[in-house]
Amino acid sequence: MEQIGFLPPKAAVLARRDEIVGDLLDLLPEGCLVHEPRELVPFETDAFVSYRRVPLAVALPETTAQVAAVMKYCHRYGIPVVPRGAGTSLAGGAIPQEDAVVIGLSKMSRIIDIDYANRTATVQAGVTNLAISDAVSPDGYFYAPDPSSQLACTIGGNIGMNSGGAHCLKYGVTTNNLLGVKMVLVDGTVIELGGKALDAPGLDLLGIVCGSEGQLGIVTEATVRLIAKPEGARPVLFGFDSSEDAGACVADIIGAGIIPVAIEFMDRPAISICEAFAGAGYPDDVEALLIVEVEGSETEMDDMLRAIIEIARRHGVKVVKESQSATQAALIWKGRKSAFGATGRVADYICMDGTVPLSQLPHVLRGTAEIIERHGLRVANVFHAGDGNMHPLILFNANDPEDAARAEQAGNEILKLCVDVGGCLTGEHGVGIEKRDLMRHQYAEVDLNQQMAVRAAFDPQWILNPSKVFPLEGRPAA
Amino acid sequence: MSVIHDPLSEEATSRIIRAAVAASSPLEIRGGGTRTLSAGGAGHDILSSASLSGIVAYNPAEMTMTAKSGTPLDDVEAALSECRQMLSFEPLDVRALLGTGGIPTIGGVFATNASGPRRFVAGAARDSLLGVRFVNGSGEIVKAGGRVMKNVTGLDLAKLMAGSFGTLAFMTEVTFRLLPVPETALTVVVSDLNDAQAAAAMATAMSMSVEVSGAAHLPESVRGRFLGGRLADGAATVLRLEGLSASVSVRAEKLTAAMASFGPVGTLDPADTAQLWREIRDVHAFADGTARPVWRISVAPTAGHQLVAALRLETGVDAFYDWQGGLVWLRMEADPEAELVRRYIKALGGGHATLLRAAADVMAATQVTQPQGEAIEALNARIKEKFDPAGIFAGNVATGARY
Ligand SMILES: Cc1cc2nc3c(=O)[nH]c(=O)nc-3n(C[C@H](O)[C@H](O)[C@@H](O)COP(=O)(O)OP(=O)(O)OC[C@H]3O[C@@H](n4cnc5c(N)ncnc54)[C@H](O)[C@@H]3O)c2cc1C
Ligand SMILES: Cc1cc2nc3c(=O)[nH]c(=O)nc-3n(C[C@H](O)[C@H](O)[C@H](O)COP(=O)(O)OP(=O)(O)OC[C@H]3O[C@@H](n4cnc5c(N)ncnc54)[C@H](O)[C@@H]3O)c2cc1C
Repeated sequence: MEQIGFLPPKAAVLARRDEIVGDLLDLLPEGCLVHEPRELVPFETDAFVSYRRVPLAVALPETTAQVAAVMKYCHRYGIPVVPRGAGTSLAGGAIPQEDAVVIGLSKMSRIIDIDYANRTATVQAGVTNLAISDAVSPDGYFYAPDPSSQLACTIGGNIGMNSGGAHCLKYGVTTNNLLGVKMVLVDGTVIELGGKALDAPGLDLLGIVCGSEGQLGIVTEATVRLIAKPEGARPVLFGFDSSEDAGACVADIIGAGIIPVAIEFMDRPAISICEAFAGAGYPDDVEALLIVEVEGSETEMDDMLRAIIEIARRHGVKVVKESQSATQAALIWKGRKSAFGATGRVADYICMDGTVPLSQLPHVLRGTAEIIERHGLRVANVFHAGDGNMHPLILFNANDPEDAARAEQAGNEILKLCVDVGGCLTGEHGVGIEKRDLMRHQYAEVDLNQQMAVRAAFDPQWILNPSKVFPLEGRPAA
Repeated sequence: MSVIHDPLSEEATSRIIRAAVAASSPLEIRGGGTRTLSAGGAGHDILSSASLSGIVAYNPAEMTMTAKSGTPLDDVEAALSECRQMLSFEPLDVRALLGTGGIPTIGGVFATNASGPRRFVAGAARDSLLGVRFVNGSGEIVKAGGRVMKNVTGLDLAKLMAGSFGTLAFMTEVTFRLLPVPETALTVVVSDLNDAQAAAAMATAMSMSVEVSGAAHLPESVRGRFLGGRLADGAATVLRLEGLSASVSVRAEKLTAAMASFGPVGTLDPADTAQLWREIRDVHAFADGTARPVWRISVAPTAGHQLVAALRLETGVDAFYDWQGGLVWLRMEADPEAELVRRYIKALGGGHATLLRAAADVMAATQVTQPQGEAIEALNARIKEKFDPAGIFAGNVATGARY
């Protein structure tokens, strides 16, 4: 198995290392530049830990003006820049390269404005996802997209990846909840897109920036939508004898015009792993589990649940477990949200993120099982079923290079299967380096060329996070 | 005389575009042509989606549809209503307001990002657009996005297509997400509030966990033009609730109790609710058969009424509000007063004004879309150049779109 490549470091940049560090020290306040080799190590990777590259330096600016100054400097000398939030990317989106300056937003973690009358929060890009909901929760509001990594990941990273979460079935992903950004363009120009007024005229630049993986500019502030918290929320567990039954049940719930806040799926291995870790009370005698969450007043929840339970019965549901208290509800979610962490304790894993049309769920689950078996590996499936966003966790032993190569190979085959049934390579984690070389499987050359052309409209020299998203060969000449 | 091309396929479209580039003869992209102002005005040849019509795939259980761009919106909505589904963003129909004919197309809806009352909670047309196929200004046939709800594979070019007003590429096919039609809907009406009180009432309603899906304020001056004058006397602040019947009545009770502290409260039944929100969507109050200038203004919800109050002191205007007060439909007595309108928008925290209607000569003399500043317009121009290097797509002269 071939290793995923990075662009070769620019010799001219490496040669000027000391000079660059000196210049950056001049541009930034004290304590805002990391350049000692030992101190650079924590920045060498993200949550896609199989790949590491120590950067040239890490700038940790405190203001938009400082971001702009560093960006302008790097632009002038053709130095690659890799934006970084909390480094929780599962796709290698935040992994640096040897000739790059990382611009980390961790010091820009202030909530700037909370405006309930207009239902918006304006925050600096380094604010964590959960910090926004925490800040507004006492007043009855929340910020909807809720990646499982929400305690750590930043809003800037969420924008970079257009992140989703369990509750996105009803409320949408980051792009649907993002109203505006302040960002620094590659030449250091600062622009503002959108804001509290909806739907600015002109091209939807905000829409293209969201999910652009740090390739179009560096977001320094964001204005996001706040939503009034529902009166109540209640998750229910459904246990099935087969993944097919569970998959078909999901399609029927949606087909019946019912949109719960969340429909999460776990197969048997995932159930055991999560149960062992969280003691969430998941049944141990079923092959597949759905967590369906509804919200509203008691009457509304009763109404909706009755309809959902009826559909589940038609699919031979074996166990139905309604949560009786807030503590139980929290426990049910704790099991689900700790799935990645819990899996990490039993084995090394890579997490796939393909999305498929709902009708294809059972077929793709079967196909995944076959691929995994053929490679002699194990898999745990835990994912956002309501929108077809699958997360097979492929378990392997990182100390065994052959095993690791097999896992990567199996992952690629699963993703290709997702594309072949009309889905896509990644639903919420992004392309990064991980899926970069599969892009040609999903897109024809003209499709990719059009995307790269748009990228070049923002960054003609390919300075911003240049090793990511687009296959290294066949790029337009800078 | 301008020629009208209406290709039957993407390949034919591509040939037409390449020929136009070779002849340096700009093309104006047209869907249903429901806007008159530019039709043929600039004398460009027309590239029409009229013959690219038909629903390609509809899978209700996946809540997605794929249709060719020239498919009449009516056909799309008819197919959807058979399965009790809908476009969540309530595309507006401008024909009555503009006094135009033609048949709106699904491609035109996305090309204008046309979004109605539910937009402020359910997203705009752009949020529903999952994938597109288009032919760019070099005649290349390109696909972007896909047909699944969640997709972050590469740059989201579909977003750029939404609201591009025919300036980047000719869309041939669109794939979009759907929502179930709510089982029922009713409207809570709070009467006799002034604009500022209404803004406060709407903000309060939005702070409650009752899922208001429409929040509009119809001042006394326009109230009589809605629902054939059947709304109670005085201004009407209207709040829509949708969903399962039992749930809607519980929520209506809660909302009514909370709104009682603002003013007299009534409710509208599902039939009146449907009619009222359609009329709000289509700017019924100003569909008056005149050419008096009408602005569509988007600001922060709490700024809408302040903007109108400020303008009232200086000139004759009439207005009503959607999107919790953030969407202001503003009709001018005489001149568009673009400079004045935009100065106040800026003073109140920013936003944008689009001149949707005015006499042709007034349109031509006015900056109809909000200027966006040098840096952003430079970006728009560079992106346009990446789709349409020869500048063959003339854009929408009526909207003055220059990006
Ligand atoms: C913010 C906003 C501004 C609006 N401004 C206007 C306006 O100025 N005048 C007006 O009449 N209506 C306007 N509308 C309403 C809009 O035109 C209608 O809602 C829409 O249904 C038009 O559909 P159509 O098929 O008639 O398109 P048309 O009226 O034929 O075209 C509308 C625009 O879309 C483009 N377009 C149409 N089809 C395609 C395609 N296949 N590929 C690429 N581009 C395409 C055209 O070039 C044109 O710029 C606006 C709506 C909004 C929300
Ligand atoms: C245990 C675990 C669970 C997870 N669960 C989910 C989940 O449920 N849903 C989900 O969607 N993802 C999930 N993720 C993935 C990850 O958390 C998200 O992609 C997250 O948004 C990354 O945020 P970050 O701050 O860590 O960004 P980073 O990893 O630092 O960066 C992510 C990308 O964004 C770019 N970027 C970062 N900040 C900026 C900025 N300010 N301006 C421009 N570009 C920037 C980077 O260059 C990079 O390409 C999970 C990850 C882990 C480890």
